[in-house]
Amino acid sequence: MPNLQEMAKKDSAFSSGHRMCAGCPVPIFTKMLTRVTDFDIVVGSATGCLEVASSIFPYSAWKVPWIHTAFENVSAMMSGVEALDKVNRKKNKSDKKIKCIATGGDGGTYDIGIQSLSAAMERGHDLLYICYDNGAYMNTGIQRSGATPLGAATTTSPVGSVIAGKQQQRKDLTRIMIAHHIPYVAQASIHNPIDLSNKIKKGIEIDGPAFINILCPCIPGWRIAPNMAVESARLGVDTCFWPLYEVEDQKFKINYTPKEKLPVTDWLFTQGRFRHLKDDKWSHLVEDFQTRVDEQWDWLLACQTKTE
Amino acid sequence: MPKNVAITGNGAMAEAMRQINPDVVAAFPITPSTQVIEDFAKFVNDGKVDTELITVESEHSAMSACIGASAAGGRVMTATSSNGMALMWEMLYIAASMRQPVLMTLVNRAMSAPINIHCDHGDSMGARDAGWIQIYAENHQEAYDNMIMAPVIGENMDVRLPVMVCMDGFLISHSVETMQIEDDQQVSEFVGEKVPLNSLFDTDKPVSWGALDLQDYYIEHRRGQLEAMYKAKSVIEDVSKRFAEQFGRKYDLFESYRLEDAERVIVAINSVAGELKEVVDELREQGEKVGLLKIRVFRPFPYEDISKALEGCKIVTVMDRSTSMGAYGPLFGEISNALYNLEDRPLLYNRTYGLGGREMLLDDLKDVFQESKDYLNNGKVEKIFDFLKVRGA
Ligand SMILES: Cc1ncc(C[n+]2csc(CCOP(=O)(O)OP(=O)(O)O)c2C)c(N)n1
Ligand code: SF4
Ligand SMILES: [Mg+2]
Repeated sequence: MPNLQEMAKKDSAFSSGHRMCAGCPVPIFTKMLTRVTDFDIVVGSATGCLEVASSIFPYSAWKVPWIHTAFENVSAMMSGVEALDKVNRKKNKSDKKIKCIATGGDGGTYDIGIQSLSAAMERGHDLLYICYDNGAYMNTGIQRSGATPLGAATTTSPVGSVIAGKQQQRKDLTRIMIAHHIPYVAQASIHNPIDLSNKIKKGIEIDGPAFINILCPCIPGWRIAPNMAVESARLGVDTCFWPLYEVEDQKFKINYTPKEKLPVTDWLFTQGRFRHLKDDKWSHLVEDFQTRVDEQWDWLLACQTKTE
Repeated sequence: MPKNVAITGNGAMAEAMRQINPDVVAAFPITPSTQVIEDFAKFVNDGKVDTELITVESEHSAMSACIGASAAGGRVMTATSSNGMALMWEMLYIAASMRQPVLMTLVNRAMSAPINIHCDHGDSMGARDAGWIQIYAENHQEAYDNMIMAPVIGENMDVRLPVMVCMDGFLISHSVETMQIEDDQQVSEFVGEKVPLNSLFDTDKPVSWGALDLQDYYIEHRRGQLEAMYKAKSVIEDVSKRFAEQFGRKYDLFESYRLEDAERVIVAINSVAGELKEVVDELREQGEKVGLLKIRVFRPFPYEDISKALEGCKIVTVMDRSTSMGAYGPLFGEISNALYNLEDRPLLYNRTYGLGGREMLLDDLKDVFQESKDYLNNGKVEKIFDFLKVRGA
């Protein structure tokens, strides 16, 4: 298990001076990548905030080999990188195992990139995929995605007088990834660095495909203050909107159980994107939101019991 | 030992791939190129190559995986046709602009809709601005030879561009012809090893690939890419010369067939050239001064060389096997560009043929020469653009 103090002494994969928004929590995980493992890594990123803000030519925030080519294809692209590593060792061109990591936002992962992700996992590449879920296409100006929660206001699901915010529940991508029967699937949050770093370490070092979904609040997208990202993520977990759990070889483990499961409104009403839901007119959306969260938490508890 | 074999075009391309023994192949099946990958999968599973074959879920992913493996330093290949290449579209541009010498067999097939599996050149012609070197082949032997030359051309340090080796769907891909497969060892020596450039696996010297490139640099990077394409022309000539020295078959940027004193010339691409040669021979026997200019390298396009080759002829018919909707055919556009600066320009016109596999028989091609004779006698071109062998015209 990584020790945070020891970890902090190691070189980070990601330098400061990148152009993410002030208060953006995404770099919390990118800085961990080299600190949790002794393996050499290669990182590939899908188009999105992280990619754009870390690589404005002629600068780059990446201190490890890094590649971006497009929005929907990072899993396929990194499949190629991983395959070459295999060949190089087969041909004795190299004796050093390189670990491949793909990163994508929720748009690049839940939506446009799901085909390439699903196939790469099915093919069994030794590849860790990290999704940072900030709940919308932030880089293009906060448009709704398949990960955007019910009721959230985005620029393509605005609050109108007839329709207020996104009208659909989000898809549960972590569960879709569990259904791939890969060796490791986890859900993590940027507010809990110990849990997060454990998971990233496992995901990198496990032999075979791994998937980690990280809750990453977005300052302008969630309409929160720049110092509120960590707190907002914590509330997401304490309301059980975003349970922290992992599934290793189909065995479920809930990594954190809130002492008191908070009502989802504690999370919703600290974010500007849900502000309109305070109006009684939309109370059914809040109820539906709570129902889905409860169902999901019950399902998770049952899965844990069943696979104990 | 080199051997003479009766083989399909697809089989020949798979043989070339076996001999090249690339590090990574990523591909997805589509008629008429599927057999290339099926044959190659057999080579992989029989241990005849060291390649990692990635059986991706789409052509977009095929090209993405190729680019990733190439940026990590590997020699990579794929094969596709029509809709498959269309699905790669975004990644074709990215492969070229990121200067990754990915190698592709493109078995030319008509674009949907209507869905059709037969030959025309709409797929590769549509991709002509993507930044790939495009080399075309009249027959099995040429397709195979072009593929053996492709890695040496694309991976040249002055070039570093992807190469598309095109051949006609079914007409070549599925027909059996006798041709020479060269000796494994000699091919292996000819293609050599790919030299990695700024590999992702150089972890001591980490590089960032694919950065955001805005107003302050994009145009310079594009210009650099274009320069590489210009340099590719002489590299193709050099590699073709080396190929001729080693294997005896000589190739230029285009083939001039009985052009010396020709008055009436047809310009065409790929398998129809074989038939055209027969027609030219027959008409020559009757004393007609006809000739053929067969395009081999379409990108980079050898404007000046072609203009020299056509200087002095009186009428040129450009046969396009694809359409650029709302414009003249893509090959016609290039030939007019090439001829414009000649002082004594020949008459010039465009005929579209063979879309979706519509066959052209020898008599049909004789008709084309007959029309050019009439035009020449009248001293003018009546119809600059028209279809051949089409109903409802
Ligand atoms: C094929 C394609 N379609 C659309 C875009 C435009 N685009 C770039 S990033 C992006 C949204 C990214 O959203 P997400 O993956 O959630 O990452 P985030 O920006 O939120 O970090 C979009 C729509 C693109 N680059 N490529
Ligand atoms: S828009 Fe959101 S995700 Fe993007 S850099 Fe800013 S805070 Fe981070
Ligand atoms: Mg997002």
